[in-house]
Amino acid sequence: MTATVLVALSVFGACAVEMVEALTIVMAAGFTRGWRSAFEGAAAALVCLAILVAALGPALIHFVPINVLRLVVGSLLLALGLQWLRKALLRASGYKAKHDEDAIYRREVERLSAAPRSHAGRDATGFVISFKGVFLEGMEVVMIVLTLGLSSGRLLVSMAAAAAAVIVIGGIGIVVARQLSEVPENAMKLGVGLMLVTFGTFWAGEGAGISWPGADLALPGLLALYGAVALVAFTILGRGRGQAVKAGAA
Amino acid sequence: MSLWRGLHIFGRFWWDFVVGDTPELALGVTVIVLGGWLLAKSSAALAVGLVPLGVILLLLGSLRRGARSG
Repeated sequence: MTATVLVALSVFGACAVEMVEALTIVMAAGFTRGWRSAFEGAAAALVCLAILVAALGPALIHFVPINVLRLVVGSLLLALGLQWLRKALLRASGYKAKHDEDAIYRREVERLSAAPRSHAGRDATGFVISFKGVFLEGMEVVMIVLTLGLSSGRLLVSMAAAAAAVIVIGGIGIVVARQLSEVPENAMKLGVGLMLVTFGTFWAGEGAGISWPGADLALPGLLALYGAVALVAFTILGRGRGQAVKAGAA
Repeated sequence: MSLWRGLHIFGRFWWDFVVGDTPELALGVTVIVLGGWLLAKSSAALAVGLVPLGVILLLLGSLRRGARSG
């Protein structure tokens, strides 16, 4: 039960973060090149991503032993989670610029407005830009859906959580249109990073032959431990950044 | 030529996904997982404590590197 909830939350969060980035590109393509091409491009990319998950998931379960799968998948999740966590903490403490969806949106609009328009039917540029945006951002989600779903034996939960994120964030995106910068992307990235590191440690450990005390109950324990470390790291980084800014101003 | 290009794109995707601009994390994770695997054979209880500790030290080290370069 605990693992199911954590898997669903992790996939939902990861998918939501990537959806915000993809939606910015789709919105820019829609406003400048027409909504039909932008939506068709996004829908085509979503279909391709869903086919990838549906094809790769069962194949991996069938052909790869579960311990090997957990070792490899756990290591991948650990590496990816640490990357997300590191980036989110450096952004939150001011060492790295935050992901500015407004700036990305403006840049895309400028670029797309300058491109020549096709006179009849679909706009190829709008379709391709929208497809590429959703497909490339979605590949990371596919990896997370597959790795979390396969290691936990909850591929359907994982796929459902991703689909829910697509619907929820897509719906919000359509309603608020250009206000995607309001979404607390960095906080979400930090939360998902923590969960990926937790699952990565747990499954890489299980694949390596470690029996965690309390089995699935070790997951909240690991999450709390990494959360506390992230909080301490954020405090120390924030203090260091404050001193550096003061020293620069003096 | 197109097969080579496809392999290049595939390799590039995995390189960016796993290594990206933080090679120390990819290397550190490999060391931690290998260490955990070796430890689990002799002392499972030690592995339970040392694997998360290794992950924490790796994160803090990488954050320090990021803060210095940022």
